[in-house]
Amino acid sequence: MKQSSIIDIISPIMVGPSSSHTAGAVRLGLLAKNIYNAVPKKVTFKLYNSYAQTGKGHGTDKGLLAGVLGLGVDDVRIRNIFESDIAKSIEYEFQYFEDFNRHPNAVDFIFEGERNLKISGNSVGAGEIEITKINDFSVNLTGKYNTLLLVYKDVPNMISRVTNSIHVNIASFHCDRSAKGQDASMCITVDGEINQKVIDFLSLIDDVYMISYIKKLES
Amino acid sequence: MVKSLNTFKELKDVCEKNNLKIWQVTQDYEAELAETSVDEIRTIVKKSLVAMKEAIKTGLTSKEMSISGMCGDDCDRLQKRFLVEDSIFGRTFEKITTYALATVEENLRMGKIVACPTAGSCAIVPSVLVGVAENLNISEEEQLNALITVGTIGRIISNKVALAGAVAGCQAECGVASAMSAGALTQMRGGDINQILNAVALALKNLLGLTCDPVCGLVEIPCVKRNPFLAIHAVTASELALAGIETKIPIDEVVDALAQTGQLMSPMLKESSQAGLATTKTALALKDKLFK
Ligand code: SF4
Repeated sequence: MKQSSIIDIISPIMVGPSSSHTAGAVRLGLLAKNIYNAVPKKVTFKLYNSYAQTGKGHGTDKGLLAGVLGLGVDDVRIRNIFESDIAKSIEYEFQYFEDFNRHPNAVDFIFEGERNLKISGNSVGAGEIEITKINDFSVNLTGKYNTLLLVYKDVPNMISRVTNSIHVNIASFHCDRSAKGQDASMCITVDGEINQKVIDFLSLIDDVYMISYIKKLES
Repeated sequence: MVKSLNTFKELKDVCEKNNLKIWQVTQDYEAELAETSVDEIRTIVKKSLVAMKEAIKTGLTSKEMSISGMCGDDCDRLQKRFLVEDSIFGRTFEKITTYALATVEENLRMGKIVACPTAGSCAIVPSVLVGVAENLNISEEEQLNALITVGTIGRIISNKVALAGAVAGCQAECGVASAMSAGALTQMRGGDINQILNAVALALKNLLGLTCDPVCGLVEIPCVKRNPFLAIHAVTASELALAGIETKIPIDEVVDALAQTGQLMSPMLKESSQAGLATTKTALALKDKLFK
């Protein structure tokens, strides 16, 4: 069983009113921003089920946007984010859906800009979150660990090449692929930091299409 | 290496075998888990305690309404009454109920609070801990120990049930907050591990089935007033447990019942505002007015 911590229960220190709908939304936004790792031109937020039905009243829209803009869960500016100057730096739009195949508190972020990326996640309770999909690959990111994400051609030995290079303790390891020999993804959460040189080196491997080092959440 | 502490039985065994308190076992366990020192863990816990006290302080002096305009001035009302007339239950009751309203109203005006375990239920633990600590002159170190025990109880329950109204109803938010408070209060008053776990079980058992049906989809009605109610509920559980009254159903089995009840609860009563209080005539009228 995964080891949980008491800190999850007596935190976060946050602006209200809802841990799943406000703080969870901010944290989903922050993690999505870390994954995108650039300044987007436009972000479309697709909110599902309870996030769609009761999101407005809980400030879920404000939280998601504040997170994408880099504000922490205890930042009192969240309350007036739509009127703030920082929100004028990007275009954004909210859409609302009902889909019972999705988690009660699910969201998709559609980032547009230098590159386009679709990121899906859920707010799973008590401010805890999970990013479950990036484009069409399933991943499992909670923001608790630094994470190395690779998208690559499904060829033999890729996993050992990566794990032999990173020189840190691996906390979890998750692979997925669209089909044999097609695109594949690797999602590695680690203790500590991966050296930037290692990431540069891995990005030179021919069959690696995308490599991204996603920082854990500080908020 | 502490093996695993995923059930209350495991926790109790480790405590009894080593003759340690819950908070001692937990702070060692947490330090080892995070590869840090016990001091560092206590520093993090202290941050939450300080933030809880700040929220109480700010909340006691504010009358600002929530964005919806439905709630925000009840703490002021209660304080005024206690100025002219004492509560039949005395000063501790007065502190707990006003501190609970102060904190929960701070939450709904998008002020800064500590989710414990969640924002909607954020006022139960602080009002019980701080209210009682002030009245009984309990040291800050003891308050930190109590908050560590709060976290321990919540953590073990959360291994079986996600602490979210949308997943398991309000029994998993305010219900668990009340159970955590009951256990921590029992510890602050010198209860042993059996009494602490009995208090948790008694509080939780009497809140099974509590639904989440917020009016207009906002964390306001019934959440605001539920906080002072369930804070007092925690005191009742603690008093009974300190008297040696025992739960016939062991706490781990009560948690199983909580999880099962959460699964069986209709999605319409799990934060979706599709039934219960949220669809009463008056609630629907409020919704019409608000989202017009
Ligand atoms: S009624 Fe629902 S939203 Fe309100 S505190 Fe309880 S679980 Fe949270």
